[in-house]
Amino acid sequence: MATADSATLEAVHIDRDEGNFSYPEDYTHDAGYGLNEGTVDYISNIKGEADWIREFRQKALKVFFSKPMPTHWASKDLENIIFDDIRYYLAKGQTPTRSWDEVPDDVKETFERLGIPEKERKFLAGVEAQFDSEAAYSNVKESLTKEGVIFVNSTEGLREHPEIFRKWFGKVIPTGDNKFSALNSAVFSGGSFIYVPPGVKVKHPLQAYFRINAENFGQFERTLIIVDEGAEVTYMEGCTAPKFETATLHSAVVELVAMKDAKIQYITVQNWSNNVYNLVTKRGLAHENAEIRWIDCNIGSRLTMKYPGVIMKGRKARGEVISIALSNHGQHQDTGAKMIHAADETTSNIVAKSISVGTGKSTYRGLVHIPRHLKGCKNNTECDALLINKDSNTDTYPAITVRGNQHSTQHEASVSQVSEDQIFYMKQRGLSEGEAMSLSVNGFVNDLVREFPMEYSVELKRLIDMEMEGSVG
Amino acid sequence: MSQSLKIDNLHATVDGNEILKGLTLEIPKGQVHAIMGPNGSGKSTLAKVMAGHEDYVVTDGTVLLDDINLLELEIDERSRAGFFLAFQYPHEIPGVSNANFLRAARQARLPKGEEVDAVAFYKEMYLKMDELGMDRKFTGRSVNEGFSGGEKKRNEILQMMMLEPTYAVLDETDSGLDIDALRIVAAGVNAMRSPERGFLVITHYQRLLDYIVPDVVHVLHDGRIVKSGGKELALELEEKGYDWITEELLPA
Ligand SMILES: Nc1ncnc2c1ncn2[C@@H]1O[C@H](COP(=O)(O)OP(=O)(O)OP(=O)(O)O)[C@@H](O)[C@H]1O
Ligand SMILES: [Mg+2]
Repeated sequence: MATADSATLEAVHIDRDEGNFSYPEDYTHDAGYGLNEGTVDYISNIKGEADWIREFRQKALKVFFSKPMPTHWASKDLENIIFDDIRYYLAKGQTPTRSWDEVPDDVKETFERLGIPEKERKFLAGVEAQFDSEAAYSNVKESLTKEGVIFVNSTEGLREHPEIFRKWFGKVIPTGDNKFSALNSAVFSGGSFIYVPPGVKVKHPLQAYFRINAENFGQFERTLIIVDEGAEVTYMEGCTAPKFETATLHSAVVELVAMKDAKIQYITVQNWSNNVYNLVTKRGLAHENAEIRWIDCNIGSRLTMKYPGVIMKGRKARGEVISIALSNHGQHQDTGAKMIHAADETTSNIVAKSISVGTGKSTYRGLVHIPRHLKGCKNNTECDALLINKDSNTDTYPAITVRGNQHSTQHEASVSQVSEDQIFYMKQRGLSEGEAMSLSVNGFVNDLVREFPMEYSVELKRLIDMEMEGSVG
Repeated sequence: MSQSLKIDNLHATVDGNEILKGLTLEIPKGQVHAIMGPNGSGKSTLAKVMAGHEDYVVTDGTVLLDDINLLELEIDERSRAGFFLAFQYPHEIPGVSNANFLRAARQARLPKGEEVDAVAFYKEMYLKMDELGMDRKFTGRSVNEGFSGGEKKRNEILQMMMLEPTYAVLDETDSGLDIDALRIVAAGVNAMRSPERGFLVITHYQRLLDYIVPDVVHVLHDGRIVKSGGKELALELEEKGYDWITEELLPA
């Protein structure tokens, strides 16, 4: 079991209600409501973008308009997103500072209340803090800069280092991958662009924090992480938003590139309030003997659709998705993984655990693709669902296409329920209903959480405790 | 202030069937009472009604734990008020280690802001596990998961020893125990006997009562206590069965 002293607990503590606050809006840059070519131009102009990026955006906008909503397989709730009622760019005209002292007061206070500066001091190698559309703060330890590590936002990455980023930008996830990746490609702003040079092993995690402050707003960060030969990095993202009356949209695109022998670990602990549509496309490209590992913890949101993937392009590449999804009353977590084997002796592992509370619904969608001409590929898929109440709901849609017989695959799925008698037993020992449910849920995800870096396992446990305490009347 | 677990005229139904039909029984602090009775007579029902299981509806009667009206409390409040039930069929809690579970139960008894002292907690738990002849590896295993019948029962007693209730009901803790385990568990219970604590031991076998010598033995039949006596009553029951009692009850 991971244990932490109280200072660490304090430092990583983020709870749902702590996130539930917002500051008055005073944006100097506001693209207004609705989406058209003008909106996209507005964003390009503010950022002073190169022509190729402008074209990339405008093309993406057309693709977005031309693609239907994927409601033939996904939740009908997508139809409730009114694209004309959303604002696509909101910023205070700030450029990200390298010192918290220079961050505007209300923004700084926001991140202080979320404990970000403190975490940075305690255990992070670099932090980027995004407030609505743009990063307000971005800093990376000097020692890393000296080694050539780049950690900037998307605007800066594309403007200052096109020779590094342009090559892979939009290549792992093409614009037309799905309607929401097209949307992101048209209006993206913020996010992290990271480059780690060959052989550099970044010891402490880099962290980004995404904060939505404004109502009727869409956050579209764009992240591209390139880790060169033999290099390693752990990246962590956290997200919160206040509880607004109306729907808010978060639609990110995250591309990872791990060159030969490189390792990337990407950890998400998302804690959205329950009016956020969270529609995110995440995919990594692993070259020879490289490893990409997604650890994806989805708590909160109204509807999350997210299926992190790894394309194993080089021999002996490895891909892993560890996913934990908790859907509370009225929420739908539609999550899973995509593993595309494209070279011999590639290995993938998927472990997905979902918890449904009350009327919460969890869906697992998995795709494992191993073509006939390859040799010695392995996949292991495990998906377990836990239902807390009788009216909770879970579905599994695994699609495993394995051609040829020179591969090894394993698939296990289970659905279990926290029985009334189990809760009765725990309450008889003096635990409240909330405590009994928290303990059961933590027990269910325990074997996965043990694999997380300690700070994040503590944070996740706290989030689960808050959720479960809050779910009993 | 009264110092007893006092059950008075208790009526309870499950799914509309009346199982307890006016049960009256008082266990003063410092005493051990035993309940015997045929299968289906309502022994476990009594235990679960006292613990607050939601399947059972109390239609009449009271249960007082010292001066506390037990039936008005939530399940977990009853536990924290000092009521403990060692289950006939203990439940499994997948993924939650025995140590974490016990620690959470102890934590639930502390005022807000106070934390269990981990070092002292483990020391105490190991000591009590030694007394019960439980291997250390049980601390890391999920609560009752894959435990043998006897291991589960021992684990119930470990929990009782760690939570130190004022009144404990042991529902057939002896069934499933081998002879040595029976002796060890009985020694554990005997070590907890004190003027500050009362026990209600449900059993089918007089053998247990050789080790945990009761002050009073009751016979439960069809939802009521139909006979009470000293420990010799258990011997008599073992010899003659229950029929003679039920026959005694028939109107002449
Ligand atoms: N849900 C239920 N619906 C109907 N009858 C029930 C239900 N639960 C229990 N009963 C009945 O209540 C009666 C008492 O059961 P209880 O478990 O209290 O008996 P017991 O005295 O503990 O028996 P044993 O010695 O076998 O453990 C039994 O006849 C049982 O079938
Ligand atoms: Mg029974």
